[in-house]
Amino acid sequence: MNKTLKGKVHKYDRDNIDTDVIIPGPYLKIHDHKELAKHAMEGVDPKFPEKVSQGDFLVAGNNFGCGSSREHAPIALSQTGIRAILSPSFARIFYRNAVDGGYLLPIEIDESTVKKISDRDELEIDLAQNRITNLTKNEDYSMKPFPELIAKIVEAGGLMNYRPGSA
Amino acid sequence: MTITEKILARASGKQKLSPGDVVFAKVDKVMMHDVSGPGVIKVFSEWEKKGKKLERIWNPDKVWVTEDHFVPAADRVSAENIITLSNFTKKYGINKHFKYGLGQYGICHTLSHEEAMVLPGEVYVGGDSHTNTTGAMGAFAAGLGHTDVAYVLMNGQIWFRVPETMLFKIEGKKPDYIMAKDIILRIIGDIGTDGANYKAMQFAGDVVKNLTMEERLTLTNMTTEAGAKNGIIEPDETTYAYLRERTDAQYSPSHGDSDAEYSEVFTYEMDKMEPTIAKPFSPGNISVARELQGTELDKAYIGSCTGAKLDDLREAAKVLKGKKVKIRTEVLPAAQSIYVKALKEGLIGIFMEAGAVVGPPTCGACCGAHMGVLGKGEICISTTNRNFPGRMGHVESQTYLASPIVVAASAITGKITDPRDVKQ
Repeated sequence: MNKTLKGKVHKYDRDNIDTDVIIPGPYLKIHDHKELAKHAMEGVDPKFPEKVSQGDFLVAGNNFGCGSSREHAPIALSQTGIRAILSPSFARIFYRNAVDGGYLLPIEIDESTVKKISDRDELEIDLAQNRITNLTKNEDYSMKPFPELIAKIVEAGGLMNYRPGSA
Repeated sequence: MTITEKILARASGKQKLSPGDVVFAKVDKVMMHDVSGPGVIKVFSEWEKKGKKLERIWNPDKVWVTEDHFVPAADRVSAENIITLSNFTKKYGINKHFKYGLGQYGICHTLSHEEAMVLPGEVYVGGDSHTNTTGAMGAFAAGLGHTDVAYVLMNGQIWFRVPETMLFKIEGKKPDYIMAKDIILRIIGDIGTDGANYKAMQFAGDVVKNLTMEERLTLTNMTTEAGAKNGIIEPDETTYAYLRERTDAQYSPSHGDSDAEYSEVFTYEMDKMEPTIAKPFSPGNISVARELQGTELDKAYIGSCTGAKLDDLREAAKVLKGKKVKIRTEVLPAAQSIYVKALKEGLIGIFMEAGAVVGPPTCGACCGAHMGVLGKGEICISTTNRNFPGRMGHVESQTYLASPIVVAASAITGKITDPRDVKQ
């Protein structure tokens, strides 16, 4: 996989962005990934899908993705072009769906780092070094390394492609 | 080791496990429904597109399927999802498919205990976040997304990080008008909606010991709202008696060791517990009924896996008997079998004579999908488990979460009401 990611930030500076606002209940019957993308973040910012370009990042507050187990949430976000979400903490099912489905990277950063990053900033994320460079502000941040198994699943491109045994 | 650690150790062939260990655990039962199921099936078809043949799944007898979110079929897409699900269960020989309109059916988490689909000591995973509910049976029960469920269908196992266990001891005497819902709302208010993130929430103490099986299930159901990986209660005679009425299947219960280590221990004294309510827009936004007294409402909803079990309906009926509702009120028993029992006990008649609509089991309105969603600006009091923005309808609607007793009392007055203030 690509070890260095580069993209623009879409920042929603609040905690507990839940799966009901990421992709509201009525859309759960939809299983066409491109169709889901049209409704990504509808409960927060209905214009979200138009704003995102391929490879962009979403920066948000604590407990991102809390609520339901709907895999529609990481699917919808990734289909808009979002490549990684940067947050101090993720709800557990959202985290494993994002990784196991191979949709996007849930990257844990400090709360103070969230504060330093602004909407529209350009970031470069070096996954090998666990470093984030803010190209707009010329700042450097650290990210929490992925746990061993998570790193292997990310490397494989999702759980379906991962062969257990070394876990 | 705690009961959670022991179940995961047995399932992963380990002598000893500690929080933080990552294991691949063998799964005993797996569930999917009409929302997660079509997602699972899509993973299967994409796998087949890559040229991988999938003649059979790991073990069709350990898989069970429900139709609960979009039944009765909300529209053509929902109807087609049910067809897709039925074709899949037929193809792979999954016999335990609870179909809408064909005998027993209902909300997956309700069928998990009502039909004894999950037994003490088992590892149970489901394609729904409230899978945690079934941990009240003494099982390790955790929710997963559809890729993980597809993986389990193919391989019979899945990875887990062994969670730390938070122990909640509920002691004292439970006052009248207080239900398990009040207790769990209070706990979520105290620890926050991420207070148990990645952890197990275990419940014990005198009050829990004396709770009915269904009331225990209300506690574990809403561990999801605190971010927990699983909720769990040690099985005891209440559990075994409940199961004897439903199955003759054999099982091997697990129990925690006396020297088990808990990451945190919380003790709650129940004697002064008040009827508790979660205000919009978070299950952790807690207040008590008397503080919110007089808040005008548009709708009362008694439904869902956490709020329309037989005990929930019995408690609501006690309040509504001989009264009239003042706002739109809906009662949806959580499963067909519970509907039938409520009918035989005369509860359905009480609800209808009070003026409420009684509807078929469905997750529909709880997740704002269909069957009674809220309009812009409407305010609802509900026995369900979530009140995020737009959860039950329009993003500018509001939901207050409360016990069936509080919801029934509020239905009578049309305002948020402490049930202790309703004249019998």
